[in-house]
Formats: sequence, structure tokens, C-alpha cells
Amino acid sequence: MNPLTYEKATSSTDALERHDGDTAKFLGAGTNLVDLMREGIATPTRLIDVTSLAQSIEEQSDGGLRIGAGVSNTAVAEDATVRAQYPALSRAILAGASAQIRNMATVGGNILQRTRCSYFYDVAGSRCNKRTPGEGCDAIGGFNRAHGILGVSDSCIATHPSDMSVALSLYDAVINVESEQGTRSISINDFYVLPGDTPDIENQLNPGELIVSVDLPAPSANRRATYRKVRDRASYAFALVSVAGSLIIEDGLVVDAGISIGGVAPKPWRATEAEAAIVGSPPTEEVFRNAAQIALADATTQPGNVFKPELAQRVIVAVLQDLAGDAQ
Amino acid sequence: MTNIKPNPSSRKSDPNRRQVLAGSAAVVAVSALGLPVGAQTTTTPAASGAFASLGVPHIRRDGAEKARGGAKFAAEYSYPGMVYGALVYSTIARGTITSLEAAEAEAAPGVVLVMTHENAPRLERPEPFYSSPTGMAGSSTPVMQDAEVLWNGQPVAVVLASTQEEADHAATLINVAYEESDAVTSFDVAAESAQTSFYAGRNLLIEEGDAEAALADAEVSVDLSFNTPAHNHNQIEPHAVTVLWQDGILRMHDCSQGVDLSAITIAKVFGISPAEVHLSAEYVGGGFGGKTVWQYHILAAAASQLADRPVRMALTREGVFRICGARAPTRQRVALGSNREGRLTSLIHTGTTMKIENNSMTEPFFEQSEHMYRADNMHLEIRAGTMDMLANTFMRAPGAATGTFTLEVALDELAERLAIDPIELRVRNEPDVNPTTGRKHSQRALIDAYREGARRFGWVPRSGERQGYREGEWQVGTGMAAAYYPYKRFPGGAARITLNGEGGALIETAAADMGMGTTTATAAVASERLGIPYEAIEVRHGDNTLPGALIAAASQQTAAIGASLTAAHEVLLAELVSLVPATSPLHGLPAAELGTAEGALYSLADPQQRIPLVDLVALSESGTVSAEGQGGPISEWTQDWSMHSTGAVFTEVRVNSVTGEIRVPRITAIYDCGKILNSKLAESQFRGGIIMALGMTLMEGASFDERNGRVMNPSFGSYYMPTHLDVPHIDVGWTDIPDPQAPTGARGIGEIGMSGPAAAISNAIYDATGKRARDLPIRLDALM
Repeated sequence: MNPLTYEKATSSTDALERHDGDTAKFLGAGTNLVDLMREGIATPTRLIDVTSLAQSIEEQSDGGLRIGAGVSNTAVAEDATVRAQYPALSRAILAGASAQIRNMATVGGNILQRTRCSYFYDVAGSRCNKRTPGEGCDAIGGFNRAHGILGVSDSCIATHPSDMSVALSLYDAVINVESEQGTRSISINDFYVLPGDTPDIENQLNPGELIVSVDLPAPSANRRATYRKVRDRASYAFALVSVAGSLIIEDGLVVDAGISIGGVAPKPWRATEAEAAIVGSPPTEEVFRNAAQIALADATTQPGNVFKPELAQRVIVAVLQDLAGDAQ
Repeated sequence: MTNIKPNPSSRKSDPNRRQVLAGSAAVVAVSALGLPVGAQTTTTPAASGAFASLGVPHIRRDGAEKARGGAKFAAEYSYPGMVYGALVYSTIARGTITSLEAAEAEAAPGVVLVMTHENAPRLERPEPFYSSPTGMAGSSTPVMQDAEVLWNGQPVAVVLASTQEEADHAATLINVAYEESDAVTSFDVAAESAQTSFYAGRNLLIEEGDAEAALADAEVSVDLSFNTPAHNHNQIEPHAVTVLWQDGILRMHDCSQGVDLSAITIAKVFGISPAEVHLSAEYVGGGFGGKTVWQYHILAAAASQLADRPVRMALTREGVFRICGARAPTRQRVALGSNREGRLTSLIHTGTTMKIENNSMTEPFFEQSEHMYRADNMHLEIRAGTMDMLANTFMRAPGAATGTFTLEVALDELAERLAIDPIELRVRNEPDVNPTTGRKHSQRALIDAYREGARRFGWVPRSGERQGYREGEWQVGTGMAAAYYPYKRFPGGAARITLNGEGGALIETAAADMGMGTTTATAAVASERLGIPYEAIEVRHGDNTLPGALIAAASQQTAAIGASLTAAHEVLLAELVSLVPATSPLHGLPAAELGTAEGALYSLADPQQRIPLVDLVALSESGTVSAEGQGGPISEWTQDWSMHSTGAVFTEVRVNSVTGEIRVPRITAIYDCGKILNSKLAESQFRGGIIMALGMTLMEGASFDERNGRVMNPSFGSYYMPTHLDVPHIDVGWTDIPDPQAPTGARGIGEIGMSGPAAAISNAIYDATGKRARDLPIRLDALM
């Protein structure tokens, strides 16, 4: 047996004090961490339950929204302000997992969930550089339908599985973390780290740092946004490709565009060059197609996912056309 | 057409509902006598319907216990001192274990035993299916008897510990080293040496005329290739057994589909008499062909013997994927030639599948092609290669599940080329007698099923052109296909009827109920046979100490039970004759001139002459009257008749033009399966089969990594099956025409739902998009 202690933190300060090194883990709902423990991938000796902390969604003086890290995914998706002002976030969350899991899962845990690569999970029988650095990657040359085409490396082609984070990326959300050294804020678009030669390092969090909240910047007027997810069955499946998109159109021209792609990379893939190619242009299919091509220009595929660049481009175009609506 | 009955429990808003229910009741009254269907008269007392049970939608007898959590499954039995088992699985496809370090596991908390090939008791090889009349094992591979590894996932060690958690943990502490040898884990490589194979005692080769020449000469033809992947069983209850050696008896609480054959197979492995194995499986959480004898039974019993402790061995979901086999992959060719009128001149259905060296299970995917359509020339052949993989085995509608997919897609493509409606093409090739055996059909109303299905679905006839249309991003189309599954009845059926003094009866038979409602159907059949109210019938099943050696497989168990009850009833009549008092008008009449109905023994010649059964039972010395009978010869299907169930399946499909995503919003299926014994159970069986087929068509497939033979999606999270959101309303109906040759008039319904939908969906996808999908599963990237 792997003995471990379970304790419930009463405050973020209390949680940080209890976190005493590499073998301690903050526990959200456990919808991923407990799976990882069962599979022997995560072997913490101390679980510090932080689900009772940071339970609020609060409007900020600058018009933005601060979502506590312990808020359930369902509560975020159902929040009236989120639904009205950040509709892509609500839709992304509702497209993920199952109702039961969403009711349990926390915002902080969702951001930190790990890839569902089946070779990563097969401790007994497969090699994985993310799990055991340097041993090799059996997903390359194996079953890689779910795997990445952007930002991947020769040592890891895993994707980040979150739907919610793709929408957070679109909205330029900021992740607030606390540690005994103090607090800091990191844009979600800088938060995740590409695998390179060290796919075991997935984000900028240092040991003992705790996500306490996520800030959404004030909503932009006239911004339309949505989220579209494509998967192998109607429910309870990770995205093959998903797209969070947004447009602001004024006087027949796009003045602001957002594209974040899920299911294709080790992080929510913000397509900034593609966005720039749209801004200043009329919202035409041709413009969107051009942008979609730019977004996927650097894609590298595996035999199992050769369809993904084309699929991603199609979904980008469809999402943007949907957003442009009558303005086209 | 008049024989078609709409689904009696279709949506409540159905304006025909009242009429529908009345129709069902009328049918019940006509067939409400415990006599062979077809021989009944309307002058007997039971014709009143007072004891009518067949066709009545009785709720499942096990339903309430299951809903309450009161039903005990194999892994829910406990014994004092019981320990828990965990398995260590190999991670190579073929080779030799060179070292196995278990010291750390043996020293781990709670560990009672680590069993490996070095200390396991010496055991015989299990008898697989078709190696003997009682073989029930997936393969004859030795169970932990040597250092050889024959598949990736083979158990190499068993850990017993005081808790499941301790056992699971200790299993992770065992280090196994291997010397790998060359393994065949590639379909292509194995296919190179594939041989014409055999299945269930016959060669899988049928040739009539010169099919290739006829194809070349045909006025119109198609010649198509298909691929289907390996599948895994995913019963809601993972395989489990609780084992105890006590007083010279090996007691096993199992989840078997055939308790008697499982017990015999396991007894032979341990070199003991079948009478020394007591194996029961009252509740089974789904079988589908996979709840047979696998290594976990034998390992649990062997470890229990070694440790002298009761053992519970409940497989994890991954464990089921690693050691309990399922459907093999296939590559099929279907070529059809016809004249311009659509009459088939050539039918070629050949291909390759995979098995292992130690089994005889070749996926028989051409069976429907033998029996469905007349063709002047035929070539049917299945070749099997052998791979180093987990033993493949039966999985709902073996053969027909993928075989109807390929044949029925080919027919659709031929219909298109002929510019003939797909239904009309099938009707033109409907055989008068069995196309390969020449035997007469016992009962066949497939054309009625087509017509009724077309009416209910709203089928638009077509002549080569697509009917599909567009709705925004969605391309919408419709398709149809035939369904097929053979009637079978295996030997070994037996049942005991015991009349009690209160007017009720106990039925005992070693049949299995995997959740489909065996006890409910058996009580209804017994009620009919005996003329005793359904509620007064108790059924005991799922225990090898009960009469018979039945197996819930091949959709044949209900027929086997029906034949057994008929035989037992005849013996019972003889017993009752001996109790008839001399004062009775029935005295002196032979059993053949007597019947039972409405709780009484009566004269067939003069139904008013009767004695209540309770009065006769009261005259017996023991206060009960008991009789046992065995189901008679099975020649009705092996020699005398062509007995096959068929059906017509219609689907609407929507394909997204942007993403290729496929949705199936509507399915209608009409089946011709003989008499339907219980409409509620039947609907559930049909719908369950259709949903499973929907999964096979659109998402299911084992991720068998050909580099090392390892299945890479051994969980519900990664092996996709339909969710609720994937499953539409499914409209099912049936012809309900009793088969005069089947013991209860019913031909069996467990598997036919699995055949048909795959082709109907693929054909609808073509109608919607103009793209043919010939490889399963059909996923969005094939349609982008």
C-alpha cells in the first residue's frame, strides 16, 4: 500500500503551510488525480483538500470576473454573468465530461488535469516520456488519433484535454497563484509549457504553488463568442478538435478576432497570427479560410490524426462564419 | 401483412395505442394453450385466456431485486477467511519468463500468497469450445503451468491478500523479466499463412457452380472490400468468481452463461468429477458470449487450493480486456453479380479473420450469405490466420454482426447500379427454399417485415438515385438492410416440474439468466404448458446441481427450455395418471389423452371431464408430484427444416458537412422471429442489440497495437460505446407468427438486433453524402 494522509485545508494560507514538499498534492474534486493515483502515475503521500476554498464568483471593479479555484465547473457554466458575458466559457464547460463530473470538478483542477494519452496511463506496458523522462514515447507510431499536431515534440505528442481552458485562453484569463513566497498572476496563454525535451513539465506552477482564482478581463462590447467541439460520440468524449472563437465587427470590418483551438496541442492553442490576419478585413469566408490556414500552417501529423489540420480549419471557418452571421 | 403487430408499448401519444393493445390481447387468446403451436384447438378450457402467459408483457422477475440492490452477483458472496485476488499481466506478446521477483510482494501487508507458474498446482489444459461436447473455455492454453507467454496480457502471477487494495498494491511490486521471441501481431503477416478454416464442426467453404465466372459474365456487378476491427466485451458486470473448497466440493459463485458446462470444464482442469464442482450464477450482469470459462476461474480456484482460503477474484475492467476474449477482426470481400432484372447470378462472400493456435473459434461471417438470398452460383469461404493475441470468442451475433454489414452494403450498391429499390432487389431474390440446403422454411415472412418496416419508417422507394437532402450543415439520408440470425437448439436441455399442494409449481433448470429475463420467460412458458397461473410458478435456475446442461448462447436457450418443459410435462402427465382415483371419469385414460389447463387435469376428448391438480397432488405420498424431462432430438433445425430469423432495419442518418460527425436520429426495425413470448422483454432485447450495433458501426474497436499485441484502450474512458445522447428513439415491431417447428413457436431474439443496423446506417450515409463507408467503425474522418 501507499500510505497517505488526507487533510482539509481551512484557508489558502493553511493549505500552503500544510504543503511540505514534492510528495504532497493539493486535491480538488479528484476527478483526475484519483484516477492517476489508482493507476500508479501519481503517488502522493499527503493530500490537502482545497475544495472548500475559493468558492465564489465575484464581479471586479474593472468589470471583470474573478472565479474562485474551488468553484465547480457546473457553477461556472450556470453563472448568469458567465452565460451572458462569457458564453464561450459556459459552452466549453458544458461540452466537457459528464454532468456528474462537472458537478464535482473544480476550476483549478480542470486547468491542471493531465493528458488522457493511453500510453501515459499504461504504466505496466508502455513507454512514456511524460511519466518516465527519457524512456521513449509509444504514442508515436501507435494509436494517436487523440494526439497533438501543434506544439508537440519528438518526445511527446500528448494533448491537453480541457475544454474549459480553451475558452479561458480565448478570453485571456489570468491565473492567480499563491505560495509562501507570495502571490503572482500568469496569463493562461503563458501558463502551459510546451513539451520539448521535458514533457514531464507541463506548466509554470512551482511545487507548493496553489491556484486560488482565475480572472476574466472585462467583457468587450459587441464581442460575439462561441465554442464548438468535435468528438467521436455525442457526449462524454474528449475533443478531437474544438474551437473557441470570437469576433467584434464594426462598420463591416473585423476589429477584433479570437481563435483558440483545443484537442490539437499540449495547451489551448491560441492562434494569434490567424487572428491578426482577420483584423481589419471584412468577415468573409475567404478571409476566414486564409486565417484558418495560417493557424494550422505549422501542423505536424501522425498516421492516426492526419485529418486534424483539415478538420481544425473547417471548424475555425464554421465558427467564425457563425459568429459573423448577418455581417457577412 | 395482417400478421404484423405494432409495438404495443410505443410512445403513449400513439393514436393507435388502444387498438394496438386490443390486437395483442386477441393474439394471446388464440395461442393460450399449452400445446404445440399449430396443433391447438379452440375448444379446450384454456382458450378462455385465463392462464394466458405467452405474449404477455410480464415485468422481469429479477427487476425489483436488482433495483433494490438485493440481487447478489458473483463478487458479492463472502466466506469467513476469504481473501482477495489480483492478477499480474504479461506485457509482451510472446516469449519466456526469465525471472519473477515476488519477495517484495510476498512481504507486503496482508499478502497471503503469490502464485506463479513455479508454485501453481499441476492442472490439465482447459477444454475449449468445439473440442468436446462440454468444452466451455476460450482456449486450451495452459493456465500458469510454465514460463511461456502466449499473449500480451496473459496472467503471470496471482496475489491473494486480506483486502482487494492490498492485493492490488502487492501485484504492482512483482517484477517480471522476459526473453521475447518473435510474435505474430500483425494482421497482414498472419493473413499470409491463413487457411480455409472450420467452425462448429464444418469447413467454412461452400461452392456452388462457378461464382467467379458468373461474376465476370454478370450484366451488373459489384466487387467490394470491407474491414472490421476486433471488439472487446464490456458487460456491465466485469467477470468475477468467489471460490471455496469445502468438504471435497469446489464451490464457485460465478457469472457463467452455462453453469453446467463451466463446472464440467473446470472439473476436468482440476482432475475431479463434475459432481465435485458446485457452480452457480443466479444473477449475471450481461454475457453476450463472453461469460464462459477464462483463466480467472482456474487461477482463483488453484490459488484458493494452494492457500487453503476462500477467494474472491473480481477482474478490473482492464482485466476483462486483458484475459477475456471477444470478436476477432475481419477483412471481407463481397462480390455480387446479377442480370438486369436484379436476379443474383453470383454471390461471393470470402475473407480472412484471426484466431489463436489454441482455439477453434473462426468468426463465421458468411452464414447469412448461405441463407438469405438465392443465387445461381456461390462461393463462400473464410480463411483464418493465427496471431499471438488473447483468444477470440463469441460476441453477440457471431458472424452475422459483421457479415450482414458487408453483404447488405453490397446489396445496396448493387441496387443502386441496377436502379432498383433496395427492398425490391431483396424481394426479387427472396428464396422459396433454403438456397444452400434446399430445405423448406419452417416459417418466413421477411417480405412482410420489409413492407411493414417501410410503412412505419416512411421509406421512400428509389431507383438508383439518392434521396438524401440537406438541412443547414447537415446532410440527411435514409438506408435499409436486412437482419439475420439462425435458429438453433443445443442438446442438453432438461427441466424438472414439481407441483405443490397449493396449486403452484416449481420449475428447475440449469439455465442462465444474464439479465435478459430467462426466469420470466420460463415461468410464462411453464404457465402455458401446465395451465397454472404465471404468478404461481417459481423458477430456479443458474445452478449446475439443477437438471440440464443448458447454455445461454446463440439465442437458443428459450427454445431449449421450451422443449425441456414439453418433455417434463409429458412425464408429469404419466405421474398424474397414476394418481387418478378409480372413481374419476378420467380413470383409465392414458396420458396421451390427457392435458392440463386451468389448474386441472382434463380429458382432451371431453374437456369438461377434469380433476383439479391440487386434488391429485393431495393423493401423492410426498405431497408433491415431480417430473423431469429432457429436450428431445434437435433434428428440427439440424436435418428437417430451414429455420432462420430475419428482419428489416431502417435508419435515418445525419452527417455534418463541416465535421463529418454522424448522428442517427431514427431507427425502425421489424423482426420475423416466430412467436414473441413477452413483448416487454423482446423490445428490450431488440433495442439492446440495435444499440450495441450502433456502437459497433460508429465507435467500437479495440486499439490492438500491432507492434506488441497490446490493447491500448482497456477502459470505458477510451473504448467508446454509445452514450444516451447517441441513442435515438428506436421503433421495434415483429411479425409474431409462431414457428410450427420451434418448441414454443419462438425462434430466439437475443442476437438478431446486432445484425442489420451497421449496413442500414452505412447505406443511409451514402444516401446522405454519396460516400460509401465500408470499414468499421465509421468515424467522422471517413466522411469529411
